[in-house]
Amino acid sequence: MGHADHKAAAHPILQEVRPAALPRAVLVENDRSFSWITERICGIIEGKTPVWWWVCFILACFVASFTVAGITYLVATGVGVWGHANPVNWAWDIVNFVFWIGIGHAGTLISAILCLLRQKWRTSINRAAEAMTIFAVVCAAIFPVFHVGRVWFAWYLFPIPNSNAIWQNFRSPLEWDVFAVSTYGTVSVLFWYVGLIPDLAVLRDRFFAAGNKVRATLYGLFAMGWRGSNRHWSNYEMAYLILAGISTPLVLSVHTIVSFDFAVSLLPGWHTTIFPPYFVAGAIFSGFGMVLTLMLPLRAVYGLQDLITQYHIDCMCKITLATGTIVGYAYGMEFFIAWYGANPYEGFAFVNRAFGHYAWAYWIMISCNVITPQFFWFKAVRENTALVWILSIFVNVGMWFERFVIIVTSLARDFLPSSWGYYSPSIVEVFTFFGTFGVFSVLFLLFIRFLPVMPMAELKAVTPQADVHGGHAKH
Amino acid sequence: MSAQTYGLIATFKTAPSLYHAAEAVRDAGYRHWDCITPFPVHGLDKAMGLRRSVVPRISLIGGITGFCTGMSLIWWTGAVDYKLIVGGKPLFSPMFAFPVAYELTILFTAFATIIGMFVLNGLPMHYHPVLKYDQIRRGMDDTFFIVIEARDPRFNAANTRALLEQAGGETITELDP
Repeated sequence: MGHADHKAAAHPILQEVRPAALPRAVLVENDRSFSWITERICGIIEGKTPVWWWVCFILACFVASFTVAGITYLVATGVGVWGHANPVNWAWDIVNFVFWIGIGHAGTLISAILCLLRQKWRTSINRAAEAMTIFAVVCAAIFPVFHVGRVWFAWYLFPIPNSNAIWQNFRSPLEWDVFAVSTYGTVSVLFWYVGLIPDLAVLRDRFFAAGNKVRATLYGLFAMGWRGSNRHWSNYEMAYLILAGISTPLVLSVHTIVSFDFAVSLLPGWHTTIFPPYFVAGAIFSGFGMVLTLMLPLRAVYGLQDLITQYHIDCMCKITLATGTIVGYAYGMEFFIAWYGANPYEGFAFVNRAFGHYAWAYWIMISCNVITPQFFWFKAVRENTALVWILSIFVNVGMWFERFVIIVTSLARDFLPSSWGYYSPSIVEVFTFFGTFGVFSVLFLLFIRFLPVMPMAELKAVTPQADVHGGHAKH
Repeated sequence: MSAQTYGLIATFKTAPSLYHAAEAVRDAGYRHWDCITPFPVHGLDKAMGLRRSVVPRISLIGGITGFCTGMSLIWWTGAVDYKLIVGGKPLFSPMFAFPVAYELTILFTAFATIIGMFVLNGLPMHYHPVLKYDQIRRGMDDTFFIVIEARDPRFNAANTRALLEQAGGETITELDP
């Protein structure tokens, strides 16, 4: 204290100095009221179905029919209709599986990890991002389930007593994956549903007041009789926090276990310890790419600029930049270790990736995943919504190619040159994968038509007027 | 009188007014009362004198159950029920059982948390006197309410109404049971 006084006396100017005001970014712009939020979000559901929605929905159904056609043909014929053959016995099926699962991870990152870190900007995007997670898991699950061949035996994956009396091999990472992915899907749905309960109650009451008994009953059934009681909120908030707390290790473990599918094997190019963190970073990178791809059009068509602000886009771009840079580092580190480890097979696998038969895929991956996110350093880029959207598409493409490069190049050139091969997908695989974008879009369009796209209760809680001590908004 | 009404409901327009009214009701010693809010109001639990939620204890029980289920499932299927040596590895080891036990820990915790939350809240309950109040729709939108139940030993139609009025409550109404 004496020291400070002394210092102030010696430098009179210090007495004039005031700490700089660092206002927090406003999360809901234009000082919107609680009921404005309710009206805007519920208005999307209550309004007339827009023409563009029907156009997109019919188009999405058409695209989804490609998956139905591909799968029907596979089930009717056999898994040989895919392009897999020795030595590449795993290809697009697992590439697509990892691609879709990875996309889901951004949803859980936004809903769980950012919740624990008290990043309040997550509130406006978390509902749609969680929906994206669930739909991405649905698309992901299609591939391993149908790759088992006789899909009616897919239940053999789970420890259910069967007539052969044999159990699953729990030493296999593939069996761990069954538990990881099914837990992930289940917990994501539960987390999403818990978040929806208060908003469903809002819709229940609004439809009841509007005299639409059928929809009031349907929303009411799932709202569980929620009545906004603070005694309920107290338990609800605690449950939500715990779900966020357990979803965080869950999302990290899921992609870790997905990476074990490769890392636990002995194949050069797969057998590396960097895989778990590298896969998790890649998953979040690709997921944020997809969140941007989905949210930017949604924001534009529904006029949600006050809720998904430039600050939100900045945050998402910066996470994409950070995770993309981690992914770029991992690519470099893989090469370094391949050289430093002095294992000729390992070294060959990596030189072959960059300069072998699949070099085209490798360089697409590098340009999309390493170069694209670097544009997000620039504020002008982050503020150009159309450009951000285009870059997010490149991220999605690049992350698909990353999985393709890892999986196919490693298998196509294994230990013995006599068994080397070159893989190309069959038309059935192309159909099946192309169609999953339709499946995803159909589900997402139904979501934005029938469920609140943003958590109204959470949005209201981050507005300045929600602060019971008034004026405390600028901490 | 008190047998014919569920209680009194008072309206508050803003979060701070509700917060201070809740403190007043708490300090008056009421036990069977509640706040109705469109979103979780930060700090209201303290203003109401609520204790910390017990949901975490239920979650912990779920988590422990999940971990034990995973470990014992793998031990029993692999080392007891059908012993099968794969790759010269031991019949059971907590190492290879860990990922599955870990996932089941999370799965069971999630179910325990959600079921625990519903049970503690007494939900689903689709019929409730509060939900019959004609203005309750606003409580999901932008308005705040305090409900004091008639079964509270301190409840007295006149005094309780006076307390709510003094605390800033508007349109104080009796709720049908």
